[in-house]
Amino acid sequence: MDRMPRWADVILIPLISLILAALLSALVILFIGESPIEAIKLMISGALGSTYGWGYTLYYATNFMFTGLAVSVAFHARMFNIGGEGQALLGGLGVAVVLVYIPWPHWTIALLAATASAAAFGAAWAALPAYLQARRGSHIVITTIMFNFIAAALLNWALVGPMKAPGQEPATVSFPEATNLPTLHDIFGIIGIDWSRAAPANVSLFVAIAACVAVWALIWRTRLGYEIRAFGYSEPAARYAGISPFKIIMVAMLISGGLAGCMAINNVQGEAERLVLNAAEGAGFIGIAVALMGRSHPLGVFLAALLFGFLYQGGAELALWMNIQRELIVVIQALVILFTGALDNMIRMPLEKIFLAARRKSPPPPGPDRKSTSAEAAE
Amino acid sequence: MSQTPAIELKGISKAFGPVQANKDISIRVMPGTIHGIIGENGAGKSTLMSILYGFYKADKGEIWINGKKTEIPDSQAAISAGIGMVFQHFKLVQNFTVLENVVLGAEDSGLLRPSLTRARSELKKLAEEYELSVDPDAVIDDIGVGMQQRVEILKALYRGADILILDEPTGVLTPAEADHLFRILEGLKREGKTIILITHKLREIMDITDTVSVMRRGEMTATVKTADTSPPELAELMVGRKVLLRVEKTPARPKEKIIEVRDLNITDDKGVHRLKGVSFDIHAGEILGIAGVAGNGQSELLEVLGGYEKATGSIKIRGEAIDLTGGKSDGASRRARGISHVPEDRQREGLIMDYSAWENIAFGYHHDEAYRSGPFMNNAAIRADCEGKMQRFDVRPPDPNLTAKSFSGGNQQKIVLAREIEHNPDLLLVGQPTRGVDIGAIEFIHQEIVALRDKGKAILLVSVELDEILGLADRIAVMFDGRIMGERLPDQTDEKELGLLMAGMTTAPGGTPQEA
Repeated sequence: MDRMPRWADVILIPLISLILAALLSALVILFIGESPIEAIKLMISGALGSTYGWGYTLYYATNFMFTGLAVSVAFHARMFNIGGEGQALLGGLGVAVVLVYIPWPHWTIALLAATASAAAFGAAWAALPAYLQARRGSHIVITTIMFNFIAAALLNWALVGPMKAPGQEPATVSFPEATNLPTLHDIFGIIGIDWSRAAPANVSLFVAIAACVAVWALIWRTRLGYEIRAFGYSEPAARYAGISPFKIIMVAMLISGGLAGCMAINNVQGEAERLVLNAAEGAGFIGIAVALMGRSHPLGVFLAALLFGFLYQGGAELALWMNIQRELIVVIQALVILFTGALDNMIRMPLEKIFLAARRKSPPPPGPDRKSTSAEAAE
Repeated sequence: MSQTPAIELKGISKAFGPVQANKDISIRVMPGTIHGIIGENGAGKSTLMSILYGFYKADKGEIWINGKKTEIPDSQAAISAGIGMVFQHFKLVQNFTVLENVVLGAEDSGLLRPSLTRARSELKKLAEEYELSVDPDAVIDDIGVGMQQRVEILKALYRGADILILDEPTGVLTPAEADHLFRILEGLKREGKTIILITHKLREIMDITDTVSVMRRGEMTATVKTADTSPPELAELMVGRKVLLRVEKTPARPKEKIIEVRDLNITDDKGVHRLKGVSFDIHAGEILGIAGVAGNGQSELLEVLGGYEKATGSIKIRGEAIDLTGGKSDGASRRARGISHVPEDRQREGLIMDYSAWENIAFGYHHDEAYRSGPFMNNAAIRADCEGKMQRFDVRPPDPNLTAKSFSGGNQQKIVLAREIEHNPDLLLVGQPTRGVDIGAIEFIHQEIVALRDKGKAILLVSVELDEILGLADRIAVMFDGRIMGERLPDQTDEKELGLLMAGMTTAPGGTPQEA
């Protein structure tokens, strides 16, 4: 017997969290003397009111899909991969290496090669923390955080050193034109839809959606996914069943790192068309919130990524057109993360009580441990 | 009855969601008596006692203590009403001394010293009165389980308990320790204390209680004087139909040797020697029972045989050695060699509690040809297979889509058994097959194990329940401190001898026990 119907778990709780975050944000905006109504209007029109706005929203959402999926896959093996940021930076390096030094005749093969390289670099960056966790028990949270700093430093070195383009900027040369990805303007133009030329959303969006489907199949349909989930639920049981903890930790983290790395085809190859400093811009961390809000399910990640894409683009519009500082936008985004991610139980527990009460019976007191089930609680 | 009952419950009801855990329960327990409460898992015994101890609030009904209606909203109220509880799983701070544990939560003031001094003299008095001697300065970590249980009893008495509730107190004790416990309880009874003993062991009820109440599915089905009843009658009251308390089996006809274990040793990460030179054989068509108090190396033995613990020594299956260096995740190779394993702790190891029944039916065998298609799982095939197995093993409800945690303990165990037995192993490892399983299901599980033996399979049965070992095993090996203390035949030994072996004593030829 589940405590709540499934729809309440996957739709109602995130929705309530979101509304609470919005209300609190409204108070913050009110507090600094601006109109919350105006602000929300501006966010919606700025992010969703034009193909230009949509183009940015979807561009951000593409980043968040990759990093959100990365965190989700690791979550299923009960690994907390905080290193999405560093893995995405390394993915950028992978893209740059392939596109700067090898001439490609067409963007399609260039995209394939860049994707493979970005995934390989991202996976490699996750491999060492994964190995240290699997063999030495070094906590993955700590090591992946540290690897974020190392990644940033490595990128700095590459961009002021060996890979630096002539000139003042710490950046690589622009990638050859043949490798530039078609934007949504180009793609929708084929079928006669007029899409803003300026917005950066590009063909990577479809790669990200394909990745959502692939991750769904991996986790819920393959034997490997079955083993990953089993390990995540119970390590002793996994060992009993002959599932190697070492293998699962390594494989899950490599897939996770690879997905985070793949983000670079969007922001590095698709948007900047060269590698610049701090290319990931925090998308690796947003991925954690996206995975939490999306319940580590690819469909949830997809929707949460869209939401955060909206918040990013809408927030940028706010900073541009209203007297709201950039920092306050971050506060609003943080409120959303706080409510949807960290304060999940604040909404969940009262809601569970309501649902149980609605079944006409009194709610059971919380059991002594997670293992006790409703059938046994009757003992 | 002119006397006032020490405890009287009137019409207690309690529901958890749609489950009626207690339905209109009334009992009267006279002061200075031992009252047993017996029932299957899930019958509502623990819920009832939790209500009495203030953990749960009853939906309906009244509690009367010594003739006074008493509200017990929390355990503090229970303690001040003179009720003490000894839990199945002790609630002691492992790195505190006995004295500190007794005082914990009952300190007289902000300063510890005076409380400890008072407690020390109090403990001494209690120890003399009730044969409850413990060293007040021993650290809990260093004393045995029986001793820890005495500390729990002392804790309750120190808080002035007149009514003592013990929940499955003998689960972790050797027979000798259990006897000692019963002597203590007799002593407490003589001093006028009232004792409620919750158990599922019929023998304990018969041995020590004055009256007994039987619970079934949340209801009190009978309350009788112990002297006027018998084990078969109580079993029938518990289950609601006649049950076989003894497994019916023919003598074993052992054939070829299936497994040969020689000089198995394990030293764990902390350098503790867990298995010390364990050797035995099991032949096709026989059950080797391993008796012993929990924590004497049986779990490690099962883990090595099941392929998820490292060891030195040798294991041969049908004369072929198996690799023991394979690390801690070599279960797949064991299964390939015809070893199936029903682990001791089905919730921790045997099942993924959040997986559905059908996902669990493939667990450990998910790479089998029948269950896979390429890199994918063949979900349809597994579901169909699960339905068949649930039917054959009478798993209720027979719904493959329910998660493992929504089944009762007995049905969870049937899912594990169905998975392992139906895989047609040469050797079946079974750990605690009936722990937390109701009597009706116990009968079924025992029959399945014997049936598998009669099909010519070798079976290693590990159990802390001596009755189970004596009833099922064709040969009995007793483990103590990582060693096999000796092998006996069930019809040439008794609980007393096995109990001594379980406590690490060997019987010398003269018949006097001596330290091994």
